Amino acid sequence: MITETYPETKVEKTTPAPQPITKLAIICSKGSLDMAHPGLILANAARMSGIDATLFFTFWGLDVITEKKVDHLHVATVGNPSMPIPTMVGGLPGMETLATGMMKKQMEELDIPGVREMLEILHDSGAELYACRMAMDMLKLERKDLIPQVDGVISAMDFFDKAAGAQVLFI
Amino acid sequence: MTTLTYEGHQVDVNPEGFLLDSSQWSPAVAEAIAEEVGVAPLTERHWKVITFCREDAARERQSPGLRRIAKLSGVDMKELYQLFPKGPGKLAARVAGLPKPTSCV
Repeated sequence: MITETYPETKVEKTTPAPQPITKLAIICSKGSLDMAHPGLILANAARMSGIDATLFFTFWGLDVITEKKVDHLHVATVGNPSMPIPTMVGGLPGMETLATGMMKKQMEELDIPGVREMLEILHDSGAELYACRMAMDMLKLERKDLIPQVDGVISAMDFFDKAAGAQVLFI
Repeated sequence: MTTLTYEGHQVDVNPEGFLLDSSQWSPAVAEAIAEEVGVAPLTERHWKVITFCREDAARERQSPGLRRIAKLSGVDMKELYQLFPKGPGKLAARVAGLPKPTSCV
């Protein structure tokens, strides 16, 4: 009888240490107040942590960087499943203004900056802000219609070039 | 908890390198942390930020967020990023021997 003994092989787990995020690229596609803030706050938190941030505003996200709209973004009271009121009530005249006012007041109490100030902070922090060329054409917007902090009007392919090596977030 | 020795001073830090007890901080500790996080040598403008952070934290019982520093310290947002290029939100507090700020702005 042959007895073979096999040396016990010890499988070492070689899970690499998690790498810190070094670059973030955010696609901002929504123009309502409640959807504008998450992208801006996340980009700012990234910059504060030393993470590069590039933002690409497309479709209704362009409202966030349009001079005439940036100070008048609204909270959607219809078609917003998180609204604590029935959709039919949300559709009544004045409801959207009311909800928007409430949200702005709450943010002010917590000392959260408004959208325009967030964009100024982001610009000063070195985050890059870009507008989507195709969406600009669709909405008949020109560079002069945008806030001065915008770094350029670029195509989606340009955006991906600039996002090289980044974690991409779609909002 | 880890105990580190900076310039002969013993300080307790959390896993991210923030001091657990801000009273263990001293200017020499700040210089040593600055070296470690790549912002050395500390200039008079850095010290303006650090001094503001420590005074504000003593008053408010929490580390100031970056927007608060930019508004009240006399050093604006752009300059804060020049002074602490690898992330002023964290690094100003870390060099000042304070906890990581909880504010997102």
